[in-house]
Amino acid sequence: MSAISELSSLSRRKGKATAEEKKANRRDNKAAYIFLLPWLVGLVAITIGPMLMSLYLSFTDYNLLQPPEWTGLDNFTRMLSDARLHNSLRVTFTYVLVGVPLQLAVALLIALVLDKGLRGLPFYRSVFYLPSLLGGSVAVAILWKQIFGTTGLVNQVLAMFGIQGPGWISDPSTALGSIILLHVWTFGAPMIIFLAGLRQIPNMYYEAARVDGATTLQQFWRITMPMLSPIIFFNLVLQIIGSFQSFTQAFIVSGGNGGPSDSTMFFTLYLYQKGFGQFDMGYASAMAWVLLLIIGVFTAINFIASKYWVFYDD
Amino acid sequence: MTTKLETLPTPEKKSGGAGKPTNRKPRVRESRGTLAFSRAQRGKSLMKHAILILAGGLMIYPLLWMVVSSLRPNDLIFREPGLWLNSLEMSNYTSGWSALTHPFGHYMINSAIVVIGSILGNLVSCSMAAYAFARLQFTAKKLFFGIMLLTIMLPFHVVIVPQYILFSQIGWVNTFWPLIVPKLLATDAFFVFLMVQFIRGIPKELDEAARIDGAGHPRIFLRVILPLMVPALATTTIFTFIWTWNDFFGALIYLTDPDMFTVPVALRAFVDSQSATSWGSLFAMSIVSLLPVFLVFLFGQRFLIKGIATTGIK
Repeated sequence: MSAISELSSLSRRKGKATAEEKKANRRDNKAAYIFLLPWLVGLVAITIGPMLMSLYLSFTDYNLLQPPEWTGLDNFTRMLSDARLHNSLRVTFTYVLVGVPLQLAVALLIALVLDKGLRGLPFYRSVFYLPSLLGGSVAVAILWKQIFGTTGLVNQVLAMFGIQGPGWISDPSTALGSIILLHVWTFGAPMIIFLAGLRQIPNMYYEAARVDGATTLQQFWRITMPMLSPIIFFNLVLQIIGSFQSFTQAFIVSGGNGGPSDSTMFFTLYLYQKGFGQFDMGYASAMAWVLLLIIGVFTAINFIASKYWVFYDD
Repeated sequence: MTTKLETLPTPEKKSGGAGKPTNRKPRVRESRGTLAFSRAQRGKSLMKHAILILAGGLMIYPLLWMVVSSLRPNDLIFREPGLWLNSLEMSNYTSGWSALTHPFGHYMINSAIVVIGSILGNLVSCSMAAYAFARLQFTAKKLFFGIMLLTIMLPFHVVIVPQYILFSQIGWVNTFWPLIVPKLLATDAFFVFLMVQFIRGIPKELDEAARIDGAGHPRIFLRVILPLMVPALATTTIFTFIWTWNDFFGALIYLTDPDMFTVPVALRAFVDSQSATSWGSLFAMSIVSLLPVFLVFLFGQRFLIKGIATTGIK
């Protein structure tokens, strides 16, 4: 199904080239590399080249005007004592570790209600999916800024019940929460993946379970969850990778400064400020590699942990 | 269990019908039971609908409220949480349209240029690479395929600093090239993967028949494969449209001259410049900016949902 399962199967199939395959290799090489040319150029010039360059820059002091100056591990040691950076890590971790599970839980819940040939499913599905298409836009971030503002929609509704709500976005203790809520609001895409996965579970399992007198809850834990676990895993990996890179919402909602008092200063936002606000390109590059490392570690943990809870039918 | 998801269905209707039939049957059999049982079933489904309507309404409410508010006099935005309109106020749209240096249409044209360039780039470069990966045998194929899959998960931030340096040295800052050229080089590897999956579902006999008739790879690609992968091309077009239209980070970095602003950065400039009194026109332009995405959603939903369900993207 996914790039993830492709990758793991690639590593399993290693070293199996037959003689026939080798003969075929020779035949198509020229044509293949012509077809691959745009991608190869992109890989070298837009991806791998810049990656190596950024790795180099992370060991330098560079402001775009003077040539990069080698400073060794200086950028990384600076990070160790950069309190704003530590704070940005805390904000980002909170966002990912709270937002992702919450979003997936809602996605799964709604997918479970939507499954089983409910009438009007296409309509409901559209309604739940639409926010995830619009959620990444500046326009929706602007809307969020109003809704959770001091005199925004949420507080207007609360006022109807006589409650005086705080300025959700201007209060450091709730600002991040409003952005997490925006993330949860975009649960439509994982919901659709869950729906597709639920449809793959053979009905006979449930029928057999019912014959044996299993309750709905038992069916959920014993059939749905194990059968769906590869899909949950897939969503988890994708959402974690994506959420670490989240930028637009926090940028717009906080007016670009990660405020109030750095409470929405995402790691990416801080990276942007360092690189493109202060043109501290060496430091920004070092931060980018730290981000890559963090995402890599999280993905690795995910894969290792998956051995204990993801169930493969085949 | 992922096998069925693994290939995009070649004939359109296969999974388009959202799998109602498989799940319906057992329910019919169930309701053959006692009257009390079937009443319980009906009650359960009624409750499901109630939950879904409530949840769906909550999800969509902010968007509806934004539309309604954009048609209201400005001061009502901070006082009126309801959805009823006493009069239709178009002034927010006229004032918003001309609130920035250029009329808003200027930014929409800029966005359209980037979007069209990106779509063409992705269609050409990704389909070519996908053909090579799906159909041709060549040296280091597995290695390249693995790298391609990995680049899907690579955070953009790791390459953005050197990319910026590169493009600024060529003198491309404040042009649309940094936003379009990477697409011409198939850096949206995600679509390569999507197309590979699709091409794998096309029977190989078709290629072989064409080859026996003397067709070379360019011809097989153009005459056999491309016409058959229109659904995958449509999915690519739609996702590229939405992602590029919403893209904020790239435009924020590369486009600093108001003449070149795309819609998201123009909106951001609007937020920053606005005094507290112009929320109405800000909402109005936000809606204008969401309208193209909404239209694509309405007409392309089938491709969107299939694309997500089979490959798991946002």
